[in-house]
Amino acid sequence: MGVFLCKCGGNISDFVDLEAVKRAVEKIDGVVAVEVDEHWCSSPAGKRIKEVIKEKNLNRVVIAACTLNMHQPHFMEVLQEAGLNPYLLERVNAREQCSWVHKDSPKEATEKAIDLVRGGIARAKRLTELSPIVEKINKNVVVVGGGVAGIIASLELAYGGYRVFLVEKSPTIGGRMAKFSKVFPSLDCASCILTPRMAEVESHKNITLLTYSELQEVSGSAGNFKVKILKKPRYVDPALCTGCRDCTTVCPVKVPNEWNMGMDKRTAIYIPFPEAVPRVATVDEEHCLYLKHSKPGKPVCGKCVEVCKAKAINWNQKPEVLEVEAGAILLAVGSEVFDARRVPQLGYGLYKNVITSMEFERMINSDGPTGGKVVNPVTGETPKVVAFIQCVGSRDEKYNPYCCRIGCTATLKHAALLKEYVSKDIDIYVCYNDMRTVGKGFEEFYRRVRDMGVKFIRGLPSEVKQKPDGTLSFNVFDTTTETLYEVNADLVVLAIGLVPSPDIEKVAKLLKLSRGHDGFLLEAHEKLRPVETLTDGIFVAGSCLGPMDIHDATSEAMGAASKVMGFLSAGEIVKEPIVAKVNEDLCSGCRVCVSVCPFDAIKMEEKGEGKFVAKVDEVSCKGCGLCASSCPTAAITTQHFTDEQIRAQVRGILVGT
Amino acid sequence: MSEFQPKIVAFCCNWCSYAGADQAGLRRLQYPPTARIVRIMCSGRLDPVFVLEAFRYGADGVLVAGCHTPTDCHYTSGNFKAERRVLLLRKLLEQLGLEPERLRLEWISASEGEKFARVIEEMTQKLKELGPSPLKSA
Repeated sequence: MGVFLCKCGGNISDFVDLEAVKRAVEKIDGVVAVEVDEHWCSSPAGKRIKEVIKEKNLNRVVIAACTLNMHQPHFMEVLQEAGLNPYLLERVNAREQCSWVHKDSPKEATEKAIDLVRGGIARAKRLTELSPIVEKINKNVVVVGGGVAGIIASLELAYGGYRVFLVEKSPTIGGRMAKFSKVFPSLDCASCILTPRMAEVESHKNITLLTYSELQEVSGSAGNFKVKILKKPRYVDPALCTGCRDCTTVCPVKVPNEWNMGMDKRTAIYIPFPEAVPRVATVDEEHCLYLKHSKPGKPVCGKCVEVCKAKAINWNQKPEVLEVEAGAILLAVGSEVFDARRVPQLGYGLYKNVITSMEFERMINSDGPTGGKVVNPVTGETPKVVAFIQCVGSRDEKYNPYCCRIGCTATLKHAALLKEYVSKDIDIYVCYNDMRTVGKGFEEFYRRVRDMGVKFIRGLPSEVKQKPDGTLSFNVFDTTTETLYEVNADLVVLAIGLVPSPDIEKVAKLLKLSRGHDGFLLEAHEKLRPVETLTDGIFVAGSCLGPMDIHDATSEAMGAASKVMGFLSAGEIVKEPIVAKVNEDLCSGCRVCVSVCPFDAIKMEEKGEGKFVAKVDEVSCKGCGLCASSCPTAAITTQHFTDEQIRAQVRGILVGT
Repeated sequence: MSEFQPKIVAFCCNWCSYAGADQAGLRRLQYPPTARIVRIMCSGRLDPVFVLEAFRYGADGVLVAGCHTPTDCHYTSGNFKAERRVLLLRKLLEQLGLEPERLRLEWISASEGEKFARVIEEMTQKLKELGPSPLKSA
């Protein structure tokens, strides 16, 4: 056995005395080589491991370095190249779980490292050669979420030749970006760049678009998922509907229009916006009079049916469950905007002329509720003084400690649009914490907006009040000039940040994915695996990972799509042989394993004369080991985590080998 | 004589708690150097023998850490199995003359580095109060 101790460029060796570890373990029975190196993960060091394997004829390798969530495939390959079965490698976590967490006690950290390496050696002795399980993979992809990230990812995959099922919960794709008027910093029109891509999604032969649909259940594993998708009834036949909107002119129901952030009303049968994809009407069953109040033989309303020339309305539609097989799942479920009502002192929800940045976005959009006119909702007139308040719900321990990453540039955009498209005479104040303009061209954009005469005040008001004449007023202390200002404005815009949507929680639960403290999905590695999850075959992109702008969401979508293509193009998946194994001689046929297996991976097989033994389906088995720990006769175990291996490790840690 | 430093064997599931312990490291959270982690794929893989053997070989405490109930377990329900086993094991430990508090069960997610550090801190404190395992001298 060879033991390789890694200094990790001081990350480990600054706090753990590796020479002491070496002295402590080199005498252990079976250990024939102990070497210390700066970085065992480097390529020359890998060569050295191979040399030692050959020189000393090693049949086990222990590497004490970082967590095995780093570099494990690389080290396994090193063993393989030296002619050693890669499952004869044991990793000891001497960094994340030792040197980094015991910086103040190097003596004890060294003792701990010795124990851990001893445990590793003891376990390594009991490791056995294993071969990975190879499975064919299905080349379909399910993309969840039809915002800009989901759209771009689906198109990349479709053009790459892969079959895509794009699942979107709302009646149209487009996401938040479709609501924007212009994008920063170029100020080009958001829908001009997005809607052609939406149309491509609809027409691409490799994409099956499933709007008004939700992920319901996922089984199977990487390479071979079975995905159940719930198609909600829209009570309109998409094949017949022409998108003429005649129905929306007769529907008597008026409900707040979510597309315009509730600033106007929509009907119960509706098409969210003119460029919707698909451009098909949807009946909102919660509000439709026919669906809510009709009794057998006594229909209520039904005016849309009368007016629909295409005869597209179908009251008999039922929820439908679609089953799709896919090799990979790409999640782009997005985020939500912060609810400004949670900061009541800023007056949102109390004063009509305090609005959010999303409402401003709709207002200045030509197909928004005001037809592109920015107005003071109290007077209906163009405002003379507009104040923007930054970081609402962001960078604040009380709400969300993180930076929303879009608020500063979005406000710069709004200020520029006011000056350029509404009137250069509007007085604009921006009250900020720090202006964070870190993207390409963003700082130049900031400079340009300052040159337009927008006034920047470094400080945030604690309270916004409405005066009897309807104008808004607040005090703010500018920390750059150390002056207390009183700002009087007709319109106050709150720059709200991004928060995780309930969809994130839903998919995390459905797919057993980890979420961070902030509630967003957790990537497999923040630097090196930013668009993967820790679960094989499940990829992520866009703001479900954390706040980000369109540029970043698109980059991630392309990254994730190309990761998916790389994964699928291999044609087969190599599965870790960490699966349950039955010793048929010991199996008493009691079926406890069958009852505890969460994946239905164990079946009983008749061996004649009424004797039954457990049989494991290696493809369905995920290697949790519930069967192994429940088996009363120790007939079933998990490969690579046998009782013997785990017990040896415990013993090694506590009393040497 | 130097202060008693307890030894804890921490069985961590691969998906949540092992990654949670890594997270503590990534954030450089400092906690007592008392715990030695043993990775198992699922907390439900924990065979009662592993715990008994840890005490037999001189552990002062054992931590079993897995994904949060009810929904976080990578294998759907392994954490519930672990919970039941630990409850029964505590009773058994008591009969063997060990304080049941020496065996602790915690749900620690992949992002809860702070919780991992806090649990080790608390356990170490508790074990210092209890003193060395009575099985050690026997």
